[in-house]
Amino acid sequence: MGLANIRHLGVKELRGLLRDPMMLFLIVYAFTFAVYSGATAMPETLHKAPIAIVDEDHSPLSRRIADAFYPPRFLSPILIDQTRMDARMDAGLDTFALNIPPNFQRDLLSGRAATVQLNVDATRMSQAFTGNGYIQFIINDEVNAFLRGYQASTIPPVELALRARFNPELNKTWFGAVMKVIDNVTMLSIILTGAALLREREHGTVEHLLVMPVTPFEIMAAKIWSMALVVLLATAASLILVVEGLLQVPIEGSILLFLLGTGLHLFATTSLGIFLGTLARSMPQFGLLMMLFLLPLQILSGGTTPRESMPDFVQYLMMSAPNTHFVMLAQAILYRGAGLSVVWPQFVALALIGTVLFFLSLARFRKTLGTMA
Amino acid sequence: MTPPAPSGEIIKTPPVAQLRDVSLRYKKTQALDSISLDLPSGCMVGFIGPDGVGKSSLFSLIAGARAIQTGSIDVLGGDMADRHHRRQVCPRVAYMPQGLGKNLYPTLSVYENAEFFGRLFGQDRQERQERIDDLLAATGLSPFAGRPAGKLSGGMKQKLGLCCALIHDPDLLILDEPTTGVDPLSRRQFWELIERIRHNRPGMSVLVATAYMEEAARFDWLVAMNGGRVLATGTPAELLELTGGESLEEAFIALLPEAQGESYEPIVIPPWNTDEDGQTAIEAQGLTMRFGDFTAVDHVDFRILRGEIFGFLGSNGCGKTTTMKILTGLLPATEGEARLFGHKVNAHDIETRRRVGYMTQGFSLYSELTVRQNLVLHARLFRMPEEKIPARVEEMAERFGLIGIMESLPDALPLGQRQRLSLAVAMIHAPDMLILDEPTSGVDPVARDGFWRIMIDLARREKVTIFISTHFMNEALRCDRISLMHAGKVLVSDAPRALMEKRGAATLEEAFISYLEEASAGPESAATPPPEKALPTPPAPSRERQHHPGGFFSLRRLLSYTRRESLELRRDPIRLTLALLGTLILMFVIGYGVNMDVEDLTFAVLDRDQSALSRDYVLNLSGSRYFIEHAPIRDYADMDRRMRAGEISLAIEIPPGFGRDLRRGSVVAIGAWIDGAMPQRAETVRGYAQGMHAHWLASVSRQSRGEASTYGTVNIETRFRYNPDVKSLPSMVPAVIPLLLMMIPAMLTALSVVREKELGSIVNLYVTPVTRLEFLLGKQIPYLALAMLNFLLLTALAVFVFKVPITGSFTALSTGALLYVCAATTLGMVISTFMRSQIAAIFGTAILTILPAVQFSGMLDPVSSLEGAGAAIGKIYPTTHFLTIARGTFSKALGFADLQASFIPLLLAVPILIGLGAVLLKKQER
Repeated sequence: MGLANIRHLGVKELRGLLRDPMMLFLIVYAFTFAVYSGATAMPETLHKAPIAIVDEDHSPLSRRIADAFYPPRFLSPILIDQTRMDARMDAGLDTFALNIPPNFQRDLLSGRAATVQLNVDATRMSQAFTGNGYIQFIINDEVNAFLRGYQASTIPPVELALRARFNPELNKTWFGAVMKVIDNVTMLSIILTGAALLREREHGTVEHLLVMPVTPFEIMAAKIWSMALVVLLATAASLILVVEGLLQVPIEGSILLFLLGTGLHLFATTSLGIFLGTLARSMPQFGLLMMLFLLPLQILSGGTTPRESMPDFVQYLMMSAPNTHFVMLAQAILYRGAGLSVVWPQFVALALIGTVLFFLSLARFRKTLGTMA
Repeated sequence: MTPPAPSGEIIKTPPVAQLRDVSLRYKKTQALDSISLDLPSGCMVGFIGPDGVGKSSLFSLIAGARAIQTGSIDVLGGDMADRHHRRQVCPRVAYMPQGLGKNLYPTLSVYENAEFFGRLFGQDRQERQERIDDLLAATGLSPFAGRPAGKLSGGMKQKLGLCCALIHDPDLLILDEPTTGVDPLSRRQFWELIERIRHNRPGMSVLVATAYMEEAARFDWLVAMNGGRVLATGTPAELLELTGGESLEEAFIALLPEAQGESYEPIVIPPWNTDEDGQTAIEAQGLTMRFGDFTAVDHVDFRILRGEIFGFLGSNGCGKTTTMKILTGLLPATEGEARLFGHKVNAHDIETRRRVGYMTQGFSLYSELTVRQNLVLHARLFRMPEEKIPARVEEMAERFGLIGIMESLPDALPLGQRQRLSLAVAMIHAPDMLILDEPTSGVDPVARDGFWRIMIDLARREKVTIFISTHFMNEALRCDRISLMHAGKVLVSDAPRALMEKRGAATLEEAFISYLEEASAGPESAATPPPEKALPTPPAPSRERQHHPGGFFSLRRLLSYTRRESLELRRDPIRLTLALLGTLILMFVIGYGVNMDVEDLTFAVLDRDQSALSRDYVLNLSGSRYFIEHAPIRDYADMDRRMRAGEISLAIEIPPGFGRDLRRGSVVAIGAWIDGAMPQRAETVRGYAQGMHAHWLASVSRQSRGEASTYGTVNIETRFRYNPDVKSLPSMVPAVIPLLLMMIPAMLTALSVVREKELGSIVNLYVTPVTRLEFLLGKQIPYLALAMLNFLLLTALAVFVFKVPITGSFTALSTGALLYVCAATTLGMVISTFMRSQIAAIFGTAILTILPAVQFSGMLDPVSSLEGAGAAIGKIYPTTHFLTIARGTFSKALGFADLQASFIPLLLAVPILIGLGAVLLKKQER
């Protein structure tokens, strides 16, 4: 009997959503344009890094080095003189400024150690690190190639054959596309359930439901399945049409398994949405509360920066957030083609977190109903 | 009931409003159908007619709140389609929309509400105070000046609404069902008030829509409407003459087209046979409900028998609704006991709920479902057999006259039709008991009689117990017994006729009012009779001045909105705390959590050589702080599995014979696989691996040659500027401030306009002289102040807690912040102007701030490195430019001169966004 109520109430939620064309438009926008533009904005970690070169040597070698920086990793270097270097870095025009001193080539050829100075805008952490490595590698490479033939190299002939698995080009679009989808899944599911609950509260319809033979459990379950279904469909469509279709991201694993994981994640986040809906007393409060939860969920889940580099307490804390596990399982399934045998711990974690959140919000929901009436 | 006496002859002055061929359509519905009318000035003009005939639409058109579609409307001598004329006349018109306190602000006090309107009409402090004091005294609201409007009873809200409408001495007062849902005593006081006002200002014209025919009978001139058309106009006497009816009610019914009018016949109530069975349906004993120190229901006792129609009467806010909620189990009683069908009321008793039908005072059905979908959903929730539902829905639709509107959405329906839908829903499952809280409020007389026929039928034939609250005396007379309630207590319970006899009153209303007046001696009562105080007539010069619209920009009107918004914000400490504390918490979380400095990367080795050299190579990696070694890899399958599971980020394979080949000087290759699933981490791993590889080669080379060979070595001296230790905090903290100062202020303002739309107070923008620009700017200022406070807190946190010093100009940083939060609050406003629901506004704001601010504004990657749409958005998005300013002043020791290029876009963004908001915001409803 309870199932029938859950079904009818859920259908009601879906009908309500269909009546809000702006909401539908925003959902479509979030899962198409926002994913596309977010994913393509930064195709690689080091992409079009702005670099300026102060060439005081004007030798073939210094020109050779300058020519070695080209798109897409770097913007074509801008040749400047010493005086403009600081101003340009201050204004944020360049991330890197390479200073090649006078007599650089001559010193090298005559066996003296030569020094180039590399200025890095260290407030731009993501480029500073990777770019520094690349620039060092490029300079050494060019110098070695230039000097080859003058004298036999003393460096042992050991190559490091580096290959990236799962994403050989280290194409950041692949990564960004799926992470954008994940961010939207979380955001949308929290807003849809939480704000919808507050709306019912402000319009007095929750009270109305409670005088009918309907239990809080049924009301909650109905909201969860219907809104989770909407997000799940949007996710599937976005993954197949935008991520796989438009962005040409090769998906290694099973989309079905990923959607199963998404379902579990949605169970947790929709419950969280209802929980926030019971905490806030008005829509403006909910808006702020949601931001307060959503931002850490998105930024600290490992989808924006690597989890390894976060402080331990943040890492432990974030283990209790559904996003962390969802990001892990998404990476494992979609990129590394992992199967259930590999990702089952994340599935279990999501189910556990979801259950805890569900019963927590059910308890809150029951308790706050008195204040809603 | 003493509404103003008819003033007899209509003075022949130019009409106050002239309508010619006015039509209005809402999508499929024709609300008004070519109406032409001349409304006489200087008198009370009443509009009567069933629900949904277009009275409210007509009023909103006359008031200028809604845009005219076809036809022309002249009000006070000018065309209302003309914007300039609307500006000219709006200070002379006052409009009180339908619904109790719809255009008031619930968290503001009575005085503050009145003050807000006074400021909007450009009154200075002294004038305002005098007017408000006079008006509050005249309406008897003076003792409640400090009470929030949301906590007033319905009657008091309407009086306050009237105060707010009268504050600027209008020449035309438009009242849309001002007494609907108001108790008889308050209603009487309300009309006395209007009468006194008119006495003092004989020239004022009043337009009133009403559902009470006895009120309409006292008006000077009536317009009877039906189906978007005018049926007849004239004085009440003329209408009676025209139709030959005895009462106005009958006259009106005679005017209706035959199909609607002919079924009318007076209601006959079959006597109630109490002896038949004396089973108790509802019983309350010592029922008490306290909210804090306020007792809403005070030891209430009653007993209602099965099949009885029991009426509940009382002034607004006397505890009727609370008592009903206790009976339905929505509120647990503080003390006492309530029983339904002999069972104690229990919130978890699903079975009892199925036997009860409850209708709340406000409309509480789903406005996003059609009438039919609402009926079907409730039938299902009450578990009616699926096959019986269609027939039952049709039956209810017929009974309640919903047939023509089955596919409409409730929001598009007038109050009366919505009430009918609520009642139909409450009865869909054929309950044994109906608890109805003012079910007929706002319903027209014909439909009300229809209700009663159904209810009498149910009670007498099906033995359904009906517990009903009402403000209509003719309805109370139809009840078997009634209770009079006042200030939480039941004063008396008996049959209506018996009560009249006891008091020796001619009508029930007189009996009722005499009971109430007897009970309410204390000043804290809603029913305090207003002191006999004449209404103020301001001196002529001041009125002349007021009637100037006050130019296109008035600081006072702007500040009026500022003041109101900041009062609302102050009354919501939770929101205030969330906004301030929330950003600090977020800064902590993000500042500490986001770290670009990748460490503790996991790797494992497949060592097929197991020589001293190969072990040395591995030691070189595992000894660094960047890498942590996991158990060795056994074979390729093992490597594949562990990489797929994400256990290791780097796998190294050292080929057999590595040490031997190396000593021989032949070329060897070490294989390395990086987990590319997260490209950023992979790049870091690649960089570290290459670096350490080179380091190891150099040391091997030095060992083998035993000399410090410098030939061919380039020293690359890297200077990490602005952040020499390359720590994440100094990089992240100045970037998090712009991020938070975009999202939180935008979220705060985004809801402010759309909320007024949802709750109805947006009408004040439509009908008062406030301009769109004043509205937008005025509302923003409090949030701007809040955001600046937020900025100072975040900066203090950065400097004192995170120890990230400001090396550049603090003035430049603050100036940038001010411009930036201006842009952020305005962006929220712009989003708010084109969203229709609060949910969409929240979602829209989240989408339009998080992605651009986090991804496209240079927090992680510089904007110049972006591609496509992201790059385009990043270049114009305000966060980009403030981020440059924040990093410049925090880390790069810069000032105004160095950061000029970033101030210009911010300076441009603010007026552009404000202009966009002003264009998108509508000054009239469409």
